[in-house]
Order: sequence, then structure tokens, then C-alpha cells
Amino acid sequence: MRISRSWIAVWRRNYLVWKKLAAESVLGNIIEPLFYLVGFGMGIGAMVPEVQGVKYIAFLAGGTICYSTMLAASFEALYSGFARMHVQRTWEGILNAPVGLEDVVFAEWVWAASKSFLSGTAVLLVAIALGLGRSWTMALILPLAFLIGLTFAGLGLIMTALAKSYDFFMYWFTLALTPMMLLCGVFYPLQNMPGWLQALASALPLTHAIALGRPLLLGRWPEAPLVNIAVLAAYGAVVFLVALALLRKRLAT
Amino acid sequence: MTVLAAKAIRKSYGGREVVAGLDLELAAGECYGLLGPNGAGKTTTLRMLLGLVQPDAGEITLLGHPVPKAAREGRIRVGVVPQVDNLDPDFTVRENLVVYGRYFGLRERDMAERLPRLLEFATLESRADSRIQELSGGMKRRLVLARALVNDPELIFLDEPTTGLDPQARHQMWERLRLLLRQGKTILLTTHFMDEAERLCDRLKIIDRGRTLAEGAPHALIAEHIEPEVVEVYGEGVETWFEAQGKALANRAELHGETAFLYLRDPQAAIESLRAHGGRLRFMHRRGNLEDVFLKLTGRDMRE
Repeated sequence: MRISRSWIAVWRRNYLVWKKLAAESVLGNIIEPLFYLVGFGMGIGAMVPEVQGVKYIAFLAGGTICYSTMLAASFEALYSGFARMHVQRTWEGILNAPVGLEDVVFAEWVWAASKSFLSGTAVLLVAIALGLGRSWTMALILPLAFLIGLTFAGLGLIMTALAKSYDFFMYWFTLALTPMMLLCGVFYPLQNMPGWLQALASALPLTHAIALGRPLLLGRWPEAPLVNIAVLAAYGAVVFLVALALLRKRLAT
Repeated sequence: MTVLAAKAIRKSYGGREVVAGLDLELAAGECYGLLGPNGAGKTTTLRMLLGLVQPDAGEITLLGHPVPKAAREGRIRVGVVPQVDNLDPDFTVRENLVVYGRYFGLRERDMAERLPRLLEFATLESRADSRIQELSGGMKRRLVLARALVNDPELIFLDEPTTGLDPQARHQMWERLRLLLRQGKTILLTTHFMDEAERLCDRLKIIDRGRTLAEGAPHALIAEHIEPEVVEVYGEGVETWFEAQGKALANRAELHGETAFLYLRDPQAAIESLRAHGGRLRFMHRRGNLEDVFLKLTGRDMRE
């Protein structure tokens, strides 16, 4: 594998498409987490005065950032990626130029993570606007959003490589992403769960994302940041290579 | 000078040999046609020549570069018009060209310089800011061709460039291809349309089941395989006439369904017999053409 500089041209192509619809996209990035935080934060927050020493809405914000960035990369790698690979045949056109499949897939991977970055930025601004955090550690959420994006974009690209149609992605949402949202501690501390569920959750990437994102938002230092980063990075790197191999099998044989 | 050469290339999918030992050699400046029924291996061959699919065996050289090893280097001076339009629906005409130029590493300045000429070539100057959905089929096809020229290629691959176009659009497409040939470009073309191949190609190869059946200049292939005159007869009673008279009047004759095909050196006797017949027979007299060669070599059975 030799990624060439031409991946940048592919990334720029996706960026140019996004730019045309940027207003709608950014609005979506802001509105959804805003309702999440206001709705859940206030509704449940009225019953649960404090979690881990902070208001429930502040506790929820860290989970929401990670969850939103996970979804942003997943949607991009699944639906938009599949459209470009299969429906619109955009990749086919690109591959006729002196661009390798690895460049295209790498560009898609980084682009989907870029969407996570944008989504993470938007939720962060919402959190700041709601007065949920003021520490400098919040700035570290931006690179974290990109890292979470790489992890879930890689997983998404595997699904895209295996998909026959858009319908296939429902499995990924119902069997992987939704369970992760419910089990990995977006809405409550993981410690509330029985041991075996905690063990299961600790194998899932979203758990590690939240273990980093939540304390950073609250101005605390994560307990084991290197472990969390290593798990996310390892997930990302391995799934990217798997996705690339599957896409090569699908498109170049 | 050889622009593209392939020697004994092979490719199998799931035990089925799609390309079964093809040789190919394109000289600079020629228009070369690759003809064959559906599933003959044309598109797989093109994909191997471009380095997009790994051949199981054989050697390929694309503009001096070994393929697939250095396919990217080879593709720097190649343009491709794919079978199915894959223009970017999110972009305007202009953006489609600019973005595609970036894949070749073209700088914005160079691209800005080339853009007016490409738009002019596609006669889309007034549509530069139109979205792709607003273009007609012929316009889209011309844009795909212009897009294949962003890198000023020496060699252009065209995979069924006029499928689905109306006669006006096809003629416009042919005009542009002739212009490119006059500029010294080399063209590799696949097509289902025998008139298209006969009009454009200096040489062509007819393939089926991944093997070469014939190769040569269109007129030479016709002279070699087909009698100069053809009479097609159809209508009520064609079978009886064919058995009683027609068959014997032709140098070679076939009956397919409701139509009799007579291949002749001298059509006079057959035409007189048909005029004298007085029944409901209708006929068409024409010269032997490339379609006759194609059908003779690949058979008349439907390919699914």
C-alpha cells in the first residue's frame, strides 16, 4: 500500500460538495444535539440533580459529543460513501485517473473523520453556549472528535464494502451503533451497570471515546487517556486496512 | 510507434474464463475498435489494460509503462470515457472538469487555461454553470468526453461512447472523435454499433468468449468474410420461396426466423426472381457490411 498525494484531490472533491450544502449541514450538526441536551438534560435532569458531581445536562454533554461524532462519520462512510462508490460511480471515474484505490479509500476515511470534526465542533459550541464547560481541556475534544471519526469511518467503510444496497446499513445501526449508544455510557455512568455489561462495554470503541470526551468537557483529566487513545487508534487502523482489503476485493478483481 | 500492447492476457472469474489469451497492439494515431457481443470480455479487457483489474496472465505495456505495476504512470496520459456516465451530479459542468483535473495533479492555473477550450470542444460554453441534471444525454456524453481530455491524453479509451444517444448526438460524437484523430490522438473504442466501427476504425478486432475471432481493417474484413452483395427477404411465403428458388441463387444463404439472407457476388438473378414472384415478399438489396461479418463470426444467438 502506498498512499499518494492524490488523496488530497479526492478529499477536496468531497469538501467542495459539502461546501455547497454547508449551511444545512451545520444547522443539522447544531440543532440535533441542542434538542438532545435541552430535552434529556432538563427532563431527566429535573429527576437526577447531580451525576459525578455535576448537573446531569453537563454530564450528558460529554456523551453527546462522542455520540454525535460517531454518527457523523458513520453516516458519511455508509450512505454518502456508498453513493459515491456504487450509486453515482464517482470512484470509478476517479480511478480512471492516476489515482489508486488506496488513495480514494484513504480520502474517504479522512473525509468522514473530518465530518466528525465538524460535528464535534458544533456540539462543543452548543455546550459552551449552554454554559456547560469552560476549561481549556475542552479544546482537546477537537482532535478527539477526529480520532473517533477515524474509528467509526473505518467501521462504516467495512459495511459499505459489504453492502448490496442502502438497506444493509440498517443492520449496522440496529445491531451496532444503537446498542453502543445505549450501553457505552452516553446517558449514565458505566459503573451503574453489572460487571459483565461493563466488561462488554469496555471492548466497544464508544466507551473509550466517552472515557476521554466527558472528563475533557468537564475540565478534568481522563483516568487512563493513553489506553483509550490506543484502543481508538488501534480500532481505526485495523478496520481501515480491513475496509481497504474488502473494497479492493469488491472493485479491483 | 506502439502506444499500447497486450500479450496473451487472461482473466477468469469463478472458474469462467472471461478473457482467454488476447493480444492487442495499437499504433500511434490509429483508431482501433474492440467489437464483441455482450459478455465477450470487452470491458474486462479495457479494465485490465488500464491496470484496474489484475490479469491472471500476460503482459501489458501502456504508453511505455508496465501494467499493472506502473499503471498509474501510464494513466497520466490516458483519457477514459466510461460506458455509464459517472459525472458528478453535485457539480456544475465547470466544476466537473476542474475537479477531474485535480486527480491528474493539474494546477488551478493550468486548468483555468484549458477550461475554455474543453468547454468549446464540448460546445457547452453557455452551460458552464449548469448542473448535470439539466443536461441532455448528448450534452452529458460530450462533457464526459471533454472530461477525458483534461490531461491532454495521448491515448483515449472509449467504452461504448454512443450507446443510448439519438442519431444527431451520435453524429456529433463522431465528429469530435474524428477531430481528435486528426490531432494525432490514438483511440481504443468498444462498440455494439457496426456502422460506428466501420466509420471510425482504422483497424478492429472481433472477440467472443474472450478470444479473437478476426482482426483487420473494416473493408478488408468485409472482403474476406462476406460476399459483396446481400439481399434480405421477408414476408409471407419466404420459406417456400427460399427452399424452391432463393437458396440456389445465392453463393451463401441463411434462413433466420422470418427472414432469408442471401449473400451474393451477383444479385441480378435473385432480384429478378423476387420481382417475378409477385407474392407478398418484400426485399432489401444492400452491400455486405461489418454487421454481416460480426454475425457470421459470433452467431445470431441472443446473449443474455
